Amino acid sequence: MPFKLRSSQRNARRLTTLLHYAALVAIALFCAFPMLWTLATAIGTEGNVFAFPPTLIPEKPSLENFAEVFRVIEIGKYYWNSIWITFWTVLWTVVVCSLAAYPLARLKFKGRQLVFSVILVTLMLPTEVNFLVNFITMTKLGLVNTHLGVILPTIAGAIGIFMMKSAFEEVPQDLIDAARVDGASELRVFWQIMLPLALPQIATLVIFTTVTSWNNFLWPGVVLTKSELMPLAVGILELSGTFGSATRVIAAGAVMTIAPALIVFFFTQRFFMRGFDGAVK
Amino acid sequence: MDTTADPLHPPAVNKHRRRATRAPLTTTAQAWLFLAPALLLLLGFTFWPVLWGSYLAFTEYKVITPPEWVGLKNFEELFEDEVFITSLKNSLLYLLIVPFIQLGALLLAVLVNNSLPGIKFFRAAFYVPVVTSVSVVGIMWGWMYNEQGLINAALQWLRVINEPIGWLTDDRIALFAVMFVTMWRGLGWYMVLYLAGLQAIPKDIEEAAVLDGANRWQRFWRITVPMLAPTILLCSVLSTLAAMKVLEEVLILTRGGPMSSTFTGLYYAYDMGIRSFNFPRALAASLVVSVFCIFVAWLNFKFIQPRHR
Repeated sequence: MPFKLRSSQRNARRLTTLLHYAALVAIALFCAFPMLWTLATAIGTEGNVFAFPPTLIPEKPSLENFAEVFRVIEIGKYYWNSIWITFWTVLWTVVVCSLAAYPLARLKFKGRQLVFSVILVTLMLPTEVNFLVNFITMTKLGLVNTHLGVILPTIAGAIGIFMMKSAFEEVPQDLIDAARVDGASELRVFWQIMLPLALPQIATLVIFTTVTSWNNFLWPGVVLTKSELMPLAVGILELSGTFGSATRVIAAGAVMTIAPALIVFFFTQRFFMRGFDGAVK
Repeated sequence: MDTTADPLHPPAVNKHRRRATRAPLTTTAQAWLFLAPALLLLLGFTFWPVLWGSYLAFTEYKVITPPEWVGLKNFEELFEDEVFITSLKNSLLYLLIVPFIQLGALLLAVLVNNSLPGIKFFRAAFYVPVVTSVSVVGIMWGWMYNEQGLINAALQWLRVINEPIGWLTDDRIALFAVMFVTMWRGLGWYMVLYLAGLQAIPKDIEEAAVLDGANRWQRFWRITVPMLAPTILLCSVLSTLAAMKVLEEVLILTRGGPMSSTFTGLYYAYDMGIRSFNFPRALAASLVVSVFCIFVAWLNFKFIQPRHR
């Protein structure tokens, strides 16, 4: 502080900070309350779940409701489906997007501008309406009720390609030239120079794709009709449909559905908060 | 066998031949090989659906037989369907709430754009709804809105209301209840976009304005808002498009009900296509939604960009 404040000014400043925090706490409660309440319901065993004021710290916490989820639905199967779908989606997204990004970033070839504009256009197409034709396509390919059918349409995305492209553009040209002089093929340059140097951006892409794929709801719900193939985000609705009144059990299932994504998010938040810097400029 | 001693097949020639058959591909060919997987997938699942779907909207198509051109018949039926008219009205109402999300997200971003202790925790808390699966969001808000749910309990406890309100079962209220969930889900996501924009504003401009005696309000309108123009445009385009394409919240909270009071344009397409297997009409509906989306995006560019240039 360059100059001394009079005590009235200091008090005014304190009040401002206090109001600031009050607003932050109020909004944080507004945003996170449904999750906190669901968690409290899931670990609670007694009393009216909808009582007001809500009990956020249950009197007799227990994991009984979670055990009950395992008894009433095949949540293990749903978990496995989610892990399986997410794993392959992430792997293929990284492979396909970085393969496509390499020539766009570092090779001079005929049609580069054209390809780049074509990929750019996909950002502007109203692609949310594509699920209808994609469903017909999947029917014709015989991929309805397969995990491949869930994964295929999601792996090539303009965002992923642009992300990897800007990562590859930062790699010094000298490194690439040296490798080429030594007789390395383009595939080798890509594999042994580009990918290792782009690891931070690959990590960002992996984290984003993991959370998106884990939470994906509409498309898996369209392609998969057999309950034993469904990922958690879709399968959880079976629980609320069949056991609509067993609030505590459904709450336990809900906690189990969102926990993995929330844990990934909390440990990697800076990627979520910073990942957009490029998008804005 | 010692091939080097064979006078008819000197190894040098051999080596040369092998090289020749494995001649390195031209850069262009290699580039296309690298691009092939992504391009094939984009063509198959992004461009093809847009083109083929737009064509099918003008046909009679039952998937098992080839499509038959019927001109505007599907669109005529579409606009005679009262449910679709309701859907369009609801989608347009959705567009009206967008400015409120924008304002809320911007104010929130200003609120968290500082270095108070613990600010990172608050930013994370605001982002939690964004990384929560929409199916769980639906379950949780289903409870919040329940007749015996927490919102009614709270309002009765506060003596604001005597009878519980059917947030999702009253056809005059349900759409607004669903909209509220959309806003709740979107707030943190636009906040992060605005935050990134705010942090890109150079600090010295703000400091210079402070020295010139500009108050907080003047600094916000004269510096922050104009400097944020690209972010405002981006968020505005994204959020208006998102408003036109609302589907998931409706699907899990109300399935379009009660009656058809919460149908949106895209939910109508989902309902027609995936549940009733009437693909041509579903595609006609989604084409109408797409045209609206393009129009709305164009409006954004036209009205927001030049003003702050």
